[in-house]
Amino acid sequence: MAGNVSTLVYVAKHRQRRSLKDPLWVRVLLIGAALLFVGLFLLVPMASVFAEGLKKGWGAYFAAFRDPDALAAIRLTLLTAGIAVPLNLVFGLAASWAIAKFEFRGKALLISLIELPFAVSPVVSGLVYVLLFGAQGWWGPYLPSGEHPWLGSWLNGQDIQVIFAVPGIVLATIFVTFPFVARELIPIMQVRGNDEEYAALTLGANGWQTFFRVTLPNVKWGLFYGVILCNARAMGEFGAVSVVSGHIRGLTNTMPLHVEILYNEYNIQAAFAVASLLTLLALVTLVLKNLVEWRHRRVLEAATASTTRQFIS
Amino acid sequence: MNSSILSLRTALAVFLLAAALVSTASAKDIALLNVSYDPTRELYVDFNAAFAKYWKAKTGDTVTIKQSHGGSGSQARSINDGLQADVATLALGVDIEALYNIGKLIPQDWQKRLANNSAPYTSTIVFLVRKGNPKRIKDWDDLVKPGVGVVTPNPKTSGGARWNYLAAWGYALKKYGTEDKAKEFVGKLYKNVPVLDSGARGATTSFVQREIGDVELAWENEAFLALKEFGADKFEIVVPSLSILAEPTVAVVDKVVKKKGTEVVAKAYLDYLYSDEGQDIAGRNFYRPTNPAIAAKYAKVFPKLELLSIDADFGGWTKAQKTHFADGGIFDQIYVK
Repeated sequence: MAGNVSTLVYVAKHRQRRSLKDPLWVRVLLIGAALLFVGLFLLVPMASVFAEGLKKGWGAYFAAFRDPDALAAIRLTLLTAGIAVPLNLVFGLAASWAIAKFEFRGKALLISLIELPFAVSPVVSGLVYVLLFGAQGWWGPYLPSGEHPWLGSWLNGQDIQVIFAVPGIVLATIFVTFPFVARELIPIMQVRGNDEEYAALTLGANGWQTFFRVTLPNVKWGLFYGVILCNARAMGEFGAVSVVSGHIRGLTNTMPLHVEILYNEYNIQAAFAVASLLTLLALVTLVLKNLVEWRHRRVLEAATASTTRQFIS
Repeated sequence: MNSSILSLRTALAVFLLAAALVSTASAKDIALLNVSYDPTRELYVDFNAAFAKYWKAKTGDTVTIKQSHGGSGSQARSINDGLQADVATLALGVDIEALYNIGKLIPQDWQKRLANNSAPYTSTIVFLVRKGNPKRIKDWDDLVKPGVGVVTPNPKTSGGARWNYLAAWGYALKKYGTEDKAKEFVGKLYKNVPVLDSGARGATTSFVQREIGDVELAWENEAFLALKEFGADKFEIVVPSLSILAEPTVAVVDKVVKKKGTEVVAKAYLDYLYSDEGQDIAGRNFYRPTNPAIAAKYAKVFPKLELLSIDADFGGWTKAQKTHFADGGIFDQIYVK
């Protein structure tokens, strides 16, 4: 009896496989085309970045990073990501928790608002801050600058510069990377439902305990995934940051902006050396992303399935 | 007993260290920001080093000058939007004029504060062509022929582009006599422009590295620099029969330096552009020095050609800006067509 069943299963599997098989030449053609495409559009450009960066040897390659302006750009990029990513992590967790676990009015509007930065062009994201904080802008003229007797003593004589300075760059980066964490967590939390939280509450856990011992552990891989993507974008953002940066060398240039400057100064080898650092970041991001996906495939699959359902319905 | 001596020693050491720190701090560290246009990057790298050395020798203070470069028009906009520039060294007077008109950051008579209308060095517009000049481009008339790709940046954002445009206009007006003919000529020229970059350096990279077009209308200094960077075996400079005297102007941004307390050093920085050393650095970087003695030294480098003047031939920048480059001006009319 048991043998019969397993034979049946075997035959069914076999048939299915055969019916799914295309002739060899079709498979070779399709796979070949896909590989060619990936090679031409992804691998060759990426390899060329490293090849150009190393054209004058390892000495010149590392010299590109010893330049004080390059070091300042790397530091600023790390600082910006260091502020933007944790803030978006906290915000993303709070927002997805509110959206997935509770019902309230205006929820759809909140979701659209969170996704807004995905839809807005980065140039506009930057210009918004120029319009708000620029000297000719809405709030810019009211920013403390120079002596103001009516301000508190710690603000007196302080000069608060938002755009063309680090705060503006951080603000623009936060805006652009706003959706990454929340967008990753909302579907995962929705799939999980509220059952485990209810169980924890009935067993006497308070709100914080429930959050830290039940909700957070359940989404930790999704959170990690969101943070990786958020970080990659925070470090790589060009458009919005370019608008608010003011391009002061050694002060307000991030790595992507520094690459552009080097390229425009005919310093092509150094430009590609710094670009290769950004490419490495992308590669590390990809490896980490795959690692997370591999560790946590099932939850992510469920999450994507639910997102797809959302889109269909 | 022992321990109290030890702590006394520590206290003394801390005191001495603090005293040492205070005494080194008495020589001031000053930071200046020079907001400039695209092609001056190399010039100001050289000049900043020279000025820092001069200032250190004169006052003992260490001055570091930060640079910011971009299209001249957009840089002026950034300063008006709050970029804390101590000095503005832009491509043409009208961009600095905007610092008075829009931001009220400088007084109205700013241009009279320094010699030569606040232009410490001048330049002109020449043609950069590929080696051997395959399209046989000799003068402005060759630029309007069908099939010639002309690279020039956008006059709305780039200072150099506005000089390019006016030089072409001036040539056509002189040769064909009427404004309508000049308009037609410049219109034909811009039909041959495949891409309008936002700044002069972007246009040069388009022409030199991306190999777009047959001729680039370039700042003379930018053309010389391209020859230096990429070799005279790849490009040639063609000097047209007539061009324009381009006067890049400089100004201290009064509102910013007053706030930062950098008035004296910012003024000295611009004055130093007029010094023999400043003029020599300009000449080395292919800008035409205004000091006749230094200019004579570089006479062999720069070709002699007939140059139009913005004041005598175009009635000054304010008028030229309004007629040609304002919204709905002649450039808008011909570029839409």
